[in-house]
Amino acid sequence: MTAAPNLIERLAAARAAGDYQAFIDTVPYARFLNLTAGLDGDELVTTMRYGDHLIGNPALPALHGGTLGALLESAAIFELLWRAETIVLPKTITLTVDYLRSGGPVDTHARGIVTRHGRRVTNVRMEAWQGERGAPVATAHAIFLVIRG
Amino acid sequence: MSDEDLKLKLVKGFSRNVPHNRALGMKIVDMTPDTAVFELPWDEKLVGNPDTGTLHGGAITALLDGCSGAAVFAALTDLVPIATLDLRIDYLRPATPHQPVIARATCYKVTKNVAFTRAVAYHDDPDDPIAHSVGTFMVSTKAGNIKS
Repeated sequence: MTAAPNLIERLAAARAAGDYQAFIDTVPYARFLNLTAGLDGDELVTTMRYGDHLIGNPALPALHGGTLGALLESAAIFELLWRAETIVLPKTITLTVDYLRSGGPVDTHARGIVTRHGRRVTNVRMEAWQGERGAPVATAHAIFLVIRG
Repeated sequence: MSDEDLKLKLVKGFSRNVPHNRALGMKIVDMTPDTAVFELPWDEKLVGNPDTGTLHGGAITALLDGCSGAAVFAALTDLVPIATLDLRIDYLRPATPHQPVIARATCYKVTKNVAFTRAVAYHDDPDDPIAHSVGTFMVSTKAGNIKS
């Protein structure tokens, strides 16, 4: 009996095939948030496709702050995994989100930028935007525990 | 029913009906004049690492954000709209698969414009937390009234 491929093996297969989405689709919570990811030039952009279940304030309507936090955290983790900054799933140590504007009921995009590559710890800053890239709905920074290959 | 009880009942009803809270399966366990207690049952769809069944950090983030917001509503005299300004979450240990996560948030200070919260997420013992958070909220934003 062969063991099912683990997360890192699935990631390696997805990278070899150039199909990152195949990897993301194996993460249940990423499917719940309607996350997709793809390269835009050199940049890995994670998108949370709009769904009514993501709403936090139906009166506005506005996205739930937790969904934006989760999108930003995911964008950072996908960046670390895609750039092979770690040979294990990064563990979030701390995450700080600044909410700048209310998120409208449309698709939201996010990316993570690694600001420090440590041996055990990596710092990432993130931004999420909807229409205009220059007017982010939220920004964040996070610190992850990683193991570099 | 006192005004305070009525307000807490409104906040409970409001929190319960937030679409994303419903989608997560969040339950309102308790609500007092400055504290909210929410429960997030373990669900396969909220898993972040399918190899271990551990919940995604994002689900804990959403739980702490929603619970902290409810604590602010509970602490306000009037049910005016609020908006999260920032939320910092420290992840202290992974959640145990197949166990519900409880969040307890307290709004410990309200000023004219800003409310301050702290919260912990845990399984059984608040002194053995999975995550700890602090947040700030803008009070009485113009957009959107929660009573509507």
